[in-house]
Amino acid sequence: MIEIEHLSRHFGSLIAVDDVSFEVGRGEVLGFLGPNGAGKSTTMKMLTGFLAPTSGFARVCGVEVAESPIEAKSHIGYLPEGAPLYGDMTPAEFLSFVAEARGLANGMRQNQIDEAVSRLQLESVLNQRIETLSKGFKRRVGLAQAILHDPDVLILDEPTDGLDPNQKHQVRSLIRAMAKEKAIVLSTHILEEVDAVCTRAIIIAEGTIRFDGTPEELRARSPEGKLDEVFREITTAPAAN
Amino acid sequence: MRNIKVVFKRELAGYFATPLAYVFLVIFLILTGVFTFYLGGFFEREQADLQPFFAFHPWLYLFLIPALSMRLWAEERKSGTVELLLTLPLSMTQAVTGKFLAAWCFTAIALALTFPIWITVNYLGTPDNGVIFTGYLGSLLMAGAYLAIGACISAVTRNQVIAFVVSVTVCLGFVLAGFPAVLDVFAGWAPQALIDTVSSFSFLTHYQGMSRGIIDLRDVIFFGSLIACFLAANALIVDLKKAD
Repeated sequence: MIEIEHLSRHFGSLIAVDDVSFEVGRGEVLGFLGPNGAGKSTTMKMLTGFLAPTSGFARVCGVEVAESPIEAKSHIGYLPEGAPLYGDMTPAEFLSFVAEARGLANGMRQNQIDEAVSRLQLESVLNQRIETLSKGFKRRVGLAQAILHDPDVLILDEPTDGLDPNQKHQVRSLIRAMAKEKAIVLSTHILEEVDAVCTRAIIIAEGTIRFDGTPEELRARSPEGKLDEVFREITTAPAAN
Repeated sequence: MRNIKVVFKRELAGYFATPLAYVFLVIFLILTGVFTFYLGGFFEREQADLQPFFAFHPWLYLFLIPALSMRLWAEERKSGTVELLLTLPLSMTQAVTGKFLAAWCFTAIALALTFPIWITVNYLGTPDNGVIFTGYLGSLLMAGAYLAIGACISAVTRNQVIAFVVSVTVCLGFVLAGFPAVLDVFAGWAPQALIDTVSSFSFLTHYQGMSRGIIDLRDVIFFGSLIACFLAANALIVDLKKAD
């Protein structure tokens, strides 16, 4: 569903993402881990067609993102970092704007919105301006927007960042519930999250992939089974090549 | 087309969701009134036309239009929603056009709300309503040019205040392009051809004809192509600035 091949992105002399390749299939939940500034967000921005890669390419559902961005974007649901939203709209207005922009058929639109609203339990705040909502609700509006059109591919940049433990649990259950029929990539720096929802983990540091395997394999790298030790060891080691 | 409409609708509703729209409309209407009746001497002239009304539009737009256009892209970039907008299945052209048209439609609403002055002049005398209609068209066209410049500059920065100040300055350059204030900068070193080109960019010159009821195709093409050029630059800048 997602194929990334030799993807690189330079910002001037800075190499943010350096020759990254991986694939994600249906039913997989890929946890994208790495310290801040490692290139997680940049990779996701290229995958969703927001940024053009310097070299290499990304394909979503067989469509090359840089070549036919509009078709590729229609297969993707995306929660950008920090869940940016139009604060002057209400969730109801905002979701119907996204539904229209996504070209959902008139008859289907309200059903799809209702479905997303009930999955994220947004009923109580539908007609309040988004800027007055709590952080948890804002994040959920962002998630509702991402799953609105029932996309095959979900890209979530730090979906649980800043949520309280109950809300984190809710979002994780939602991701698990959708995992079967979708390919999901989520970035996080919370290591338990990998255990909780991911079927696979990629650790990225300084723009290169340092680890690619299951959470169990990751845990097996440390004698005590402590994830944060493994993480520190992998991300602070100099690049292999 | 459908996508342009979606962006357009959201953007226009955005103006009315905040007090901005109402503040802008009220101030625009008060200032047009003040300019027309006091500075323009509407009654003292004892002529049944709207010359004093239209004559001040270039100056009124100079600082009111940048206030409308400054938020178009600067706000999207600051709040990060630009990432949301541009990962929806829309093209850049559709996003840029939709936003511009929403701002333009808003100025059309503001302009339409000046209708009492049209009623007044028709009540007091028998003006040539064709001339007045042409004046409105010319004014709207010129407002579009201000807006396109403002939208383009708003894409360069995340800071709305910077977008406002720079837009006012650039627009002032266009307004005064035919006058010594701008031409003296070029006089003495630039070839005459360049000076003539600069002075041909003057908003005042191109607007003057239309505000008096004369539609010259050259003026229409001037404003139309200026809008197209600045919107194309706008799209390019948004694209280049995504990485910051």
